[in-house]
Amino acid sequence: MTKRGARIRLGIGSAVLAIMLILALVSLVWTPGDPYRLAIAQRLQGPSWMHLLGTDQLGRDIAAILMIGARNALLVSVGAVGLSLLVGGALGLIAAMQPDGIGDQMIARTSDLVFAFPVVLLAIMTGLILGPGAASAAMAIAIFTMPVFIRLTRDSAAQLREREFVLAARAMGASWLRIAVRHILPLLLPRLAVQASTQLALALLAEAGLSYLGLGTPPPHPSWGRMLNEAQTYLGTQPLLAILPGVAIALTVMGFNLLGEGLAARLARER
Amino acid sequence: MRVHNGLRAIMLACAFSTPLAAQVPEQVTLCMPLEPPLLDPTRGPAQAIRELTYGNIFETLVAIDRDGRLQPGLAESWKVSADGLVYDFKLRSGVSFHDGTPFTSFNVAYSVERAKRPESRNAQKWIFDPILRVDTPDPLSARIVLSRPTANFLYGLAWGDAVMVAKGSAAENATVPVGTGPYKFSRWVRGERVELVVNDRWWGAKPTFAKAIFRFISDPAVQVAAIKAGDCDALSNLAAPEAIPALKRDPRLAVTTGYTEGKTILAMNNGKAPFDDVRVRRAIAMAIDRQQVIEGAMSGLGIPIGSHFSPSHPAYVDLTATNAYDPMKAKAMLAQAGFPNGFSATLKLPPPAYARRSGEIIAAMLQQIGVKITIEPLEFPQWLERVFRGKDYDLTLIAHTEPLDINIYARPDYYFQYRSPAFNAALNDAETATSDEARNAAYGRAQKRLADDAVNVFLFLLPKVTVTKAPLTGTWTNWPLPANPLAELSWK
Repeated sequence: MTKRGARIRLGIGSAVLAIMLILALVSLVWTPGDPYRLAIAQRLQGPSWMHLLGTDQLGRDIAAILMIGARNALLVSVGAVGLSLLVGGALGLIAAMQPDGIGDQMIARTSDLVFAFPVVLLAIMTGLILGPGAASAAMAIAIFTMPVFIRLTRDSAAQLREREFVLAARAMGASWLRIAVRHILPLLLPRLAVQASTQLALALLAEAGLSYLGLGTPPPHPSWGRMLNEAQTYLGTQPLLAILPGVAIALTVMGFNLLGEGLAARLARER
Repeated sequence: MRVHNGLRAIMLACAFSTPLAAQVPEQVTLCMPLEPPLLDPTRGPAQAIRELTYGNIFETLVAIDRDGRLQPGLAESWKVSADGLVYDFKLRSGVSFHDGTPFTSFNVAYSVERAKRPESRNAQKWIFDPILRVDTPDPLSARIVLSRPTANFLYGLAWGDAVMVAKGSAAENATVPVGTGPYKFSRWVRGERVELVVNDRWWGAKPTFAKAIFRFISDPAVQVAAIKAGDCDALSNLAAPEAIPALKRDPRLAVTTGYTEGKTILAMNNGKAPFDDVRVRRAIAMAIDRQQVIEGAMSGLGIPIGSHFSPSHPAYVDLTATNAYDPMKAKAMLAQAGFPNGFSATLKLPPPAYARRSGEIIAAMLQQIGVKITIEPLEFPQWLERVFRGKDYDLTLIAHTEPLDINIYARPDYYFQYRSPAFNAALNDAETATSDEARNAAYGRAQKRLADDAVNVFLFLLPKVTVTKAPLTGTWTNWPLPANPLAELSWK
């Protein structure tokens, strides 16, 4: 990728995400119409000045629901990936610092095991424990993406472990914890950032998928995935109902992916 | 040469016509929304059991036809004594169960005795309560003696809960049902379908289809896709009325809209605070705009009801104006009951689309009077266990599809936990009345009592939207009771 390509990707990616983030933040204080108020007499309307993107099957303002949906999608995917990054990163570091120890073996095998579970199955299980909702969907996605971060941290840290500066630190009597946090972690951050950005795209898709299946945010709270599900039988009457959340999901996923690619290219050049 | 070619064409046509005729499918696939938890209608309340087995695997002494009228079933004819206490049934001769056991009056006595047992899980024991004894003067005569005159006794005998079973097979009917009907159970692929094959020894006219498959599809979007793709020859009740216009435009399909006897209600736990307070229940009722629910959840398809009674019955009284929609008054009523700021409650929803959709709308409406609703979607077995049997709920939403089932409100152990001597008296008047006029008047009083007490919020009569392949005929337009008799189906 050329330098320019990377910059364009970074630019578009962050612009799209910034817009989504702004929409999500604005929805905290203002939406164009009450997304929880039903107005069944005004159902299935096309775009108008009253309702910029029209109304859904219960007469709610689609623009308002989409904004709150953005909040839900970003919150769940960022929360899930953040949790996964924190816990997965920590576990990966621990594993890397104790090569061939029992801890390393256990962490590696557990992450192999978790890797084998589909996210839907995980969501059903977390739903049974935590009760269905956004929190259990986020938890399922976090567990689902965790092995990726464990492996990335563990393998990258293992490469760095034998480098001179680590040996020097060890010779000076630094504890393994200090070496991991002070000397190895800072070098891993760029790679983790790239990976996180790709995982965010996947997490957002997973959240939409789970909501679509009814395993995510329960009604009446808006979510893009459930909007898609509910729109299916209205495809013949009001296709906008399906197109709009679909575009929102696609745009945000693309934003995360472009950001990830741009970051990766920049990282490769700096190395 | 020309002639020769012509001849060849005719010969070819003849040669092909035979295999083509044989290719007319001898199998019919009927798609229905929910999978039954078991296949014995005498052992559970789930409607899906009846949809699949009634008139197909199992039969009753008297049957209800597509217009809701009583017809001879396994009993060819019957006589009722002048005092309304003795019912003499003349049974059909030469009828046998699928395993070869002959059907006789002893099966009548056994089926009744089995349903009346204390450990029986029959969902409608009231049908059998008035029965004093069953006499069997000869194998083809059964005499049922009642302890009191009972208005709808024959009607009850026509329900799926009163199907005739045989002693040797009844215990296994939940998984391997053995009845007398036109179709025999063949295979149950759990989570997907039940397969039936025709019963060659059935007493009625030979059915068109040698094999029948019931497929279970609950998701409205998947239902629409399946019928469009030709995976279903018929869809017994489409859960997405908004898709009707698009389906009607498809020349390969035929759509009919009718009604079930399904009284769709927002049930309230009358035995649990704050719903034990009639003011709270009235406030909830006044917060709900029926017409909007029907419009939003059912695309306008649904007849509003004001009590637990079907408009198709002559005793129906329109009570939709009782506790009519008035959110301001509802709020004031709540404040009076001690909840000026409302309260929180859960709404447990079973899987059918009408329930999930109406539930979402109602939650939003209750929000307007300060009642914060948490929606809890449940699968059907969970719903039956926790809500229906366990009575562990605040609010729930379900359609009661049995015809004329207002008597469930007289059952103190029923999941509404409603107890009213005044209602019980009115119902008793109706059931023991000797003239239609007196009976209908008493039913009217019973309906009014329920509406005034706001036992539940009575929403609408559930529609039945049948979608079939255009050449298929014989499906029921209305559901006087939930049934899909396969023997009535044929190609045009």
